[in-house]
Order: sequence, then structure tokens, then C-alpha cells
Amino acid sequence: MSDTMTASGTRKLKIWRGDLATGELVDYDLETEPGMVVLDAVLAVQREQAQDLAVRWNCKAAKCGSCAAEVNGKPTLMCHTRLDELPQDQPITVEPMHSFPLIRDLVTDVSWNYEVNKLIPPFTPKEDIPTTERGEYLIDQRDTDRMSEFRKCIECFLCQDVCHVLRDHRLHNRYYGPRFMVRMASLDMHPLDGLDRKDLAVKDGGLGYCNITKCCTEVCPEGIHITDNAIIPLKERAADRHWDPIMKLFGQGKPPADRKLVRSKQPPDPSSIPGAPSSPGIGPDAG
Amino acid sequence: MAIEHHEYDVLILGSGGSGLRAAIAAAEQGARTAVVCKSLLGKAHTVMAEGGMAASLGNVAPKDNWKTHFQDTMFGGKWLSNWRMAELHAREIPERVIELEHWGAIFDRLPDRRMSQRAFGGHSYNRLVHIGDRTGLELIRTLQDKTVHSGVDVFMETTITKLIKDGDRVIGCYGYKRATGEQVSFGAKAIVLATGGSGRIFHITSNSQDCTGDGYALAYEAGATLLDMEFVQFHPTGMVYPPGVAGLLVTEAVRGEGGILRNKDGERFMERYDPKRMELSTRDVVARANYTEVQEGRGTPHGGVYLDISHIGAAAVLKKLPQMYDQFMHLAGVDITKGPMEVGPTCHYFMGGVQVDAETGQTTLPGLFAAGETTGGMNGANRLGGNSLGDLLVFGRRAGMAAAEAAAKAESFTALPEDETHAAQSEIEYYLHGKGTENPFQLHKDLQEAMAAGAGIFRDEAGLTKAIADVEKLEERAKNLHAPSDRLDYNPGWQLCREVRNMITVSLAIARAALMRHESRGCHSRLDFPAYDDYWEKHNILNHQDEDGNMVLTPTPTVHRKELTELVEARMKVENAS
Repeated sequence: MSDTMTASGTRKLKIWRGDLATGELVDYDLETEPGMVVLDAVLAVQREQAQDLAVRWNCKAAKCGSCAAEVNGKPTLMCHTRLDELPQDQPITVEPMHSFPLIRDLVTDVSWNYEVNKLIPPFTPKEDIPTTERGEYLIDQRDTDRMSEFRKCIECFLCQDVCHVLRDHRLHNRYYGPRFMVRMASLDMHPLDGLDRKDLAVKDGGLGYCNITKCCTEVCPEGIHITDNAIIPLKERAADRHWDPIMKLFGQGKPPADRKLVRSKQPPDPSSIPGAPSSPGIGPDAG
Repeated sequence: MAIEHHEYDVLILGSGGSGLRAAIAAAEQGARTAVVCKSLLGKAHTVMAEGGMAASLGNVAPKDNWKTHFQDTMFGGKWLSNWRMAELHAREIPERVIELEHWGAIFDRLPDRRMSQRAFGGHSYNRLVHIGDRTGLELIRTLQDKTVHSGVDVFMETTITKLIKDGDRVIGCYGYKRATGEQVSFGAKAIVLATGGSGRIFHITSNSQDCTGDGYALAYEAGATLLDMEFVQFHPTGMVYPPGVAGLLVTEAVRGEGGILRNKDGERFMERYDPKRMELSTRDVVARANYTEVQEGRGTPHGGVYLDISHIGAAAVLKKLPQMYDQFMHLAGVDITKGPMEVGPTCHYFMGGVQVDAETGQTTLPGLFAAGETTGGMNGANRLGGNSLGDLLVFGRRAGMAAAEAAAKAESFTALPEDETHAAQSEIEYYLHGKGTENPFQLHKDLQEAMAAGAGIFRDEAGLTKAIADVEKLEERAKNLHAPSDRLDYNPGWQLCREVRNMITVSLAIARAALMRHESRGCHSRLDFPAYDDYWEKHNILNHQDEDGNMVLTPTPTVHRKELTELVEARMKVENAS
């Protein structure tokens, strides 16, 4: 273990504090321990300096996806981002996700995602699936491996946060977002699933809105190749039925080059989010 | 101010494996069902389960069957398990696993396309159905999708602080929504407690922050009986370094796939503790071995022991243990395909819990059911790895069905008595606006220190007596808890007030039962009573609150079953001979 990976010392944090009415980045100085992750630092601030600091977290092991936030402008899991991999000479900024309505401080209302999930029909087995006497399905490990990539998703919604269709254009009412394209792709590629969700993916799901900038893939903490392995194959499968301008482009050249991971902070239009509370403003910059 | 009120035939508290499985079962019976959970759906501690679930499908080892699984569970629990629960679990889990697959779960396969099964500590055969090292996530996501498509309502980020009774019968509960602080009450014909364990009473734990023993405390305060609370499992392998991740679980699958434990001198020390089973001995034995090596000066630089899997080759490690590879690489800067990990014991699981009927999950209170880690009995004095996910499915389903049946028999909803809802409201509001001065963060820290000092892996009379006295002082201080902020919206200190009270109740139940049990068995190791005791081999410890609010502990004979005597005695004979 290298010592540089476990540095300690005093670090400055700028944590976004506020609610729908008002808010700002607030400075905190923190004595850090070796190996600390951003969530450790935020919880230390909560314990020692700001006991009303709102932060959502559960497992602190990158398995539950609760502590999604934006660290130095980049959407990430706080429990999976080490302090010592962030520039030592700069303060660490921690902000809530921008694509969802703010509750308070670092906590956002992600309930829209759960509403979208309800719209996707669950696994529906084909008839006449070969089974053992006991009823166990017979599946090849290669099929398991292929689906397994998508099933690693921990629903942190970072892909939803970074997706410009949702983040910048606020088209929550037209596009389900990368998470649910992954969900539909995994069902679509399940060799034993008998339901066709391609029309749903294109029409209600808004598959055509994705113009494969791959920002979602870059922020996925599980390393799921969201664009290449889920969205593009889904587009290809649906292409014979639905015209998709991106597929035309994709066949001819490279994906758009000018993609930014540090996203804009344009205040969103709350009315575009179905099921979201009709609040006066969303996101830390709304005030 | 009018309080938001909802009524359901069956109300499930908790959204882990057992809660969701109970919800699906209740909905299937036609009950109007809702799940209330403290966090977001799909974030429950079940997602952290890694290794797999034990089911005697016999795909890898054709000789395997439910009887051997039952015997393994009894031996693993050091003969204290409720025989009927261990039997039902072993008999029914293969069916539950296949059902999960029919709901869309994906598991690793054998070349002949059936489910693969891996070896795990204490299991006689390769028995664990798994998907890489993220089996819990697969289970929770499958159940989550099934639940939301079964017409079950879900109240996310809603904390329940009190069960409400009419006479002896549980008829509802009371709590608040975390996002807004709005109070909410529920009327229910039957309630299922599925709130998991209480690992957060220790600082070094593999448990999620939600694991604050809410179900144990809610049930106990309502008058239900707890069982076997002294048995707290320390998983042998948690990360020990860096400090921020201390306690984070290192799956037993590492040892299942061939991982070797060594001390700083390079000695494969399990030869001294369990030469027959070595690294795949039961968790109680391996945890004590790891702890003892460190205590006796043979530990690693960061106070652990070495666990090495690199000899199986990088490709196999990445394929079988991808999360472990990432966890160590990213959080500790250690490449486990090239060298050993440093590991040490971490608080992991509660064998004890609410006393229930094996068949139905019925607690000692009418209208109240429980399932999963919230219950006691199935796992005796020590749980085998791989027996928890199965427990959730088998007994979650049973409790959900039984709750739906009870609801169908109940005529109508009973109005919640005003004095009860008023008491619940007063408590919640006291934390915000009362005259208390005790800080919940400080109290939680003090509790963790008291428990680690006196009620950890090794225990004795002096340590336990001091731990009890210390926690009793905290119990008094907890009467004056006060949230550092009076905000209603997503207020962490407010949330912790009730959780600390729950954890104090759980801690007292553990330490007092541990003091009473004059023997060492499974996860309960008394330095002053190092051997098994014949009396205690045949007794569980019950725990309930009397009318004056005192905690009353009562030894009670273990639950046997005539039909299983032969199986148990045969296994006892084998173990005593070796």
C-alpha cells in the first residue's frame, strides 16, 4: 500500500447547504484520516460541526447507491471517492445531484425514478422454457454473464443525474433516462423473457432522445457500459421499427466529441418532472 | 393539526429481503398491503449480502439434501436453533430459490446450465447459489420489481417510532416522514416486522447505518418477547485498514473460493483452531481465531490477519470476486490478485430476535408478525454463512401469508386509541422541542464504546457487569435526548434520537442475557465459562418487559421436534467423536 494513497492532514470542504428557498456553499475545515472517502468527511462534519447537515447514505460500501452527489462538479458516490484522489491544493466541493428536486443540503427527491420503474413491465417468462425436473431454468453461463453487467446496477441514479436530456433539457416527461434503458436492455437480452419492450423503450421511454454522449457510462460506479452495451444495442434492435436520427449518425461516424462531465447548473423547470412536488425551485442554484 | 392516516390489511415494516418477500406473499393472498421503510426502496442492508444462499439443490454435490442442510444448520447453531425453523428453512429454500429465478433473478451456472453452487463455512457440500459476489443485490432487485408490480404501496423514508395496541392486539403504528417531518399513522389488521439487525451498536460493523435494532425495540416495548439476544455474530473477515473502511465486509466467498488465512509469521493458523474444516470452519470459530492471533501478537501491521486468494490466479479472482477486487483496490490500494488482504472480525449479524412461531412468524402479540434477522431461533448460537438470504425468503413468505390470513379474519380496522397516538406524538416532538440536553451523536458514540469494551467477541462477568452499568446510565441520559436542530426536513439528529434509544434497549438485552448464560457457545464466548454447559445447551433465554417496565430474562427449554431427533443425535455423535 502506497503512503500517498493514505495521506491525512487538514482539508477544506465546501458543502452545499440550503433548501428550496435559499442556499450556498459553506466552508468547513476538517482534520482527515488516512484513506478517508468523501462520505467519511461529510459525516465527520455532520458529527463535529454541523449536526443538522442533511445527507442520505446507508451502506458506505458502494453497494446501495444512496450517497450519490457531485464532488468537485463530478457526479459520484461519496463513499467511493477518496479524498486523496482529489487535488490536494484545492477545496473539495460537495453538492447535491442537479437533475432532481432538492429536499435539503445534499439530499434530493429521487422518487421520479421509482415512478418510471413501475412503468416497465417486469420479467415475463416465455412459455416452454427448458427446466430441470424441479423447475430450475436451464441457462448458459454466457447469457448470465451478459445480463450480469446490467444487473450490477445499484440504482444510484448518477447516470440520470449526468444525462443532459434530463439535466439540461429537463425532459423527464419524455425520456426514462439511462438507468431505465439499462433495465429494459437487460430484460430485452434475457433469453427467457418473452415480452417485447422495444416499442415502450422508443415511444414512452424516449430512447431516441439519447444521442450517445456516453456521460452516463463515465459516471457509472459499477462500470456498466451503459451506452455501448445497453442503449446502442437497444437502439439497433428497435431501429427496424422506428427511425432514430442518432443511429443514422452512429452508423457513419464518431459520437459527438464535445461532451462535458462537469455539467451546467441551469435551474430546471420543475413542471417537467412528472410526480415531482410542484416546488418553486429545484437544485442548489435555484435560489 | 390533522395527522395523515392510512389503513392497510397488512403493513410490512422494512424493505429488505424478508419484508419484500412478506409483502409479495400478503398481496398474493389478496391483502391490501404496504411496505414502510426508513430508506429508499432497494437500499436495505440485504443489498450488502455477497456470498450467496444455501439451498440443497445438489447440483454440484448430488448427495446433498435438506436433511444434511438441517444438520449443518443445527451444528452451526451449536444445537440451540429452533428445530422446526431449521427444518422448514432447509426443506423449503430450494423451492424459494427457483421461484426467485422465475421472477427474473440471474444466478451463475454450471456447464450443464443448472445453477452453480459454491462452498461456504460449515456447509458439508457446495451449496450456495450465487451470482458473483453480489447475490444480495440480485435478490433485492428481483423482489423489489416483483413487489412494485404486485400492487403493494411503498412508503419510503418513513420512520416508525411506536407500535399501537388495542388491549393486547397490535392494530397500527406511528411515525414520521423523513423528508418533511410530517407525522403519519397507520391502521393495520396485521403488521410484519422485517427491520433487520442492530450492528450499529458497535463501531466496527459490516452493517448499514439503518441497522439500529428498531424491530427488536418496537416489539419489546409493545410487550412481545425477545429470544437469544446474547448471540451476536462477528464476521471473521472485515477490512481493518484504512480507518475509514474498518469493518467493511470481506465476503466469506473469498475463503469459499480457496482463500487462506495466515498470521504475520506466515503460519496457516487455522490448523490450531479447526484442523478439520480449516478456513471453512464456522464463523464463530474463525472470528475467535483471527481475534486471538492479533491479541497474542501475531497480527499484521494494521491489527488484522492476512487473507490470501492470489494463488487462484488473477482471472479467477476477477471472475469470482469482482467486488472484492474493486473494494481493496479502490479503498485500500491493495491488489488482491497479487497479494494478501488484511482482515479482522466485524459485527455482522444477530442470531437473537423477536420470538416467533416457526410456521407463521406470529410473535407473542396478536396482530404482530416478524421475519428475517428481526426474529430469533432459526440460527441458534451461530449462523452459517449462506443461511440468511434463505431465511429471508422462507420466513418472509410464511409471515406474509400468515399476516394476510390473520387480516382476513379480522373484521374491521380498530380506531387507534388517542392516548397511544398522543404518546407517540409527544415523544417525537420532545426530541425537537423538549428541554432535553443530551446529544444523540454523543450518546451513540458512548454506547458503541461501552459495548465494544464489555460485550464484544470475548466476554466475562466483570466486563459485562460494567457494560450493563454503563448502558443503564446511557438509558437514563436517553430520557433527555435532544436533537441538535429543530428542523423538520431530513434532520439527522432527530432521526438518531429514536434510533439511539432502540440501540440502548438492544444493547441491554444482549449484555444481560450474555451475563446470564454461564457457558461459551457459538458466538457467545465467556472467558470465565469457556466450555459448553449441559443445562444451557437445552435452554434459550427469553426476554420481556414487565408491567413496571423492567427487563425480565427467563431461561426456557429449547424447542425440539420428535421427528428430527434421529438426525440431530446422529450429527451430535459425529461431532463429539471428532
